Amino acid sequence: MRPSIEKFAEKGFLLSALLSASITIFIFSFMFLFSLPLFKGGHIAQFLRLGWNPYDGKFGVLPMMVGTVIIASFAILIATPFGIGCSALISVFSQRNFGRFLRKLVEFMTGIPTVVYSFVAIFLLVPLVREIFQKGTGMCVLTASIMLALLILPTIVLFLTDAFNSVPKSYLNAAEALGATPVQKLIYVIIPSAWKGIISGLVLAAGRAVGDTMISLMIAGNALQIPKGLSDAARTLTAHIALIIASDYESPEFKSIFVCGLILFVFTMLIVLVLRLLGYFEILRER
Amino acid sequence: MNRLTEHGITLFAWITGIIVIGAIGVLLSFLLYKGIPALNPSMIFGETRPLDALLLKKAVVDGLFPAIAGTILLIITSIIWAIPIGVASGIYLAEYCNVRWKPLFNFLLDVLAGIPSILVGLFGFAISIFLHRHLSEHIYPCFLISSLALACLVLPYIIRTTEQSLTNLPFSIKTTGLALGASRLQNILFILIPYNLSSIISGIILAIGRCAEDTAVIMLTGVVAMAGIPTSVFSQYEAIPFYIFYISSDYNSQQELMQGFGASIILLGICAFLFTLSNILKRKVAIRFATHT
Repeated sequence: MRPSIEKFAEKGFLLSALLSASITIFIFSFMFLFSLPLFKGGHIAQFLRLGWNPYDGKFGVLPMMVGTVIIASFAILIATPFGIGCSALISVFSQRNFGRFLRKLVEFMTGIPTVVYSFVAIFLLVPLVREIFQKGTGMCVLTASIMLALLILPTIVLFLTDAFNSVPKSYLNAAEALGATPVQKLIYVIIPSAWKGIISGLVLAAGRAVGDTMISLMIAGNALQIPKGLSDAARTLTAHIALIIASDYESPEFKSIFVCGLILFVFTMLIVLVLRLLGYFEILRER
Repeated sequence: MNRLTEHGITLFAWITGIIVIGAIGVLLSFLLYKGIPALNPSMIFGETRPLDALLLKKAVVDGLFPAIAGTILLIITSIIWAIPIGVASGIYLAEYCNVRWKPLFNFLLDVLAGIPSILVGLFGFAISIFLHRHLSEHIYPCFLISSLALACLVLPYIIRTTEQSLTNLPFSIKTTGLALGASRLQNILFILIPYNLSSIISGIILAIGRCAEDTAVIMLTGVVAMAGIPTSVFSQYEAIPFYIFYISSDYNSQQELMQGFGASIILLGICAFLFTLSNILKRKVAIRFATHT
């Protein structure tokens, strides 16, 4: 090939890479640009502190932040024991038929659309929860957390099994030679030497739980209040963004959406930084 | 550790596994039980004759056809944006990027891959407002904006799979062409990429799956409940995931609800198909590498 084509192709590759990387910067700039008037006016503290009550001039995003944190935390609380149990089953207790089937199923779960999860939950889980609490519509923190737990479970399991499997074989052989049972191997050898992978998997799952829109939008109830219990309806930051009714682009209601966006962006950046500190991306690239 | 604790831990692991399988089993069988009876041509084409609808002679009013067509068009357009840029960026990161800049690229792309999809939707929405204000009064959230936003969403996947499939090649494959006098570009285009094409394609198929299922991006960038088949890139459109969302909150009759279940099965089917296809390709790559080394 002629040198000019070589040069041209190289420029093209560089340009594409610059374009792709700059999308991140663009997204940040847009969030910042649109929420800038609030920073300038010194209203930002108001936005973060107060509750939401448009008729009173209160546009605080605090209820959504609390809603997000509570729903995501419960989802992780539910998903973690299941994730650890399933991963232990797949990579220690049942490496053959059952474990292999479970792993295939978990892999398949990553492909199930979130909107399908929520749609089925509306007709299956929501009535059940309504019966249990005997109040409200059944669309509440608990319902959303359960479905969200199911959504983030594959992330946890796939990551944990990889972490479990990457424990050096010699460690396991040594433990076995000393007469360790499978459970002892899991508790004393595998989990202690795979803890970085476990934490990375949970952090990654937290990112997914906070970032998911459809489940919280469809089955968390979307109430503009700080939830006081599992049976209360709540609204997450993502659902709040999804619910915009764009009539007046200058209104503080509209601008508050970009504050939510900015918060989510900063949160994503933090997750990436934590994963980097844990060496997650190095693990991923070595594979 | 005493016997009892050991048995307890093993039992716990089995219980979690069985509960997860049970939960997914119940979810899927409920969906199939409710949705299968609704699956028939009239659900997709409504009162219109299928052939007339496919040839675009008559508009389908009460069927899923416009949503299915919208989703397919959306996938094709987004992928057309994302593939060239994604593959080219992947090649750059794997073969050309110098060590000093790579961490910055990696960080920005990792953040982009981690950004909640609703933020990408909000970004598309903000761009359409920006263009509406500064370029033309006629620009609103539309098909074009949606496809561009979806392309942004799946770009990191395509970049990463391309990059990884190039860097993970055995050293001997990477250097043989160069040793025979091929230029850098020739080596990439005629040896490295063809050698690992199926793993790049499996990444692209996963990206297609994300385009098909994503709801958060399109709901902010122009999808609506009733629009028919899009006539231009500046028009609004329908899509299956949004239709499911819309039905769930706003169904008027039992028949509409059944259509929601039917649409869910169709969407699940599409995603399952793409997922299986991508896995088969991945396995092919794994087998070849196993035999190679």
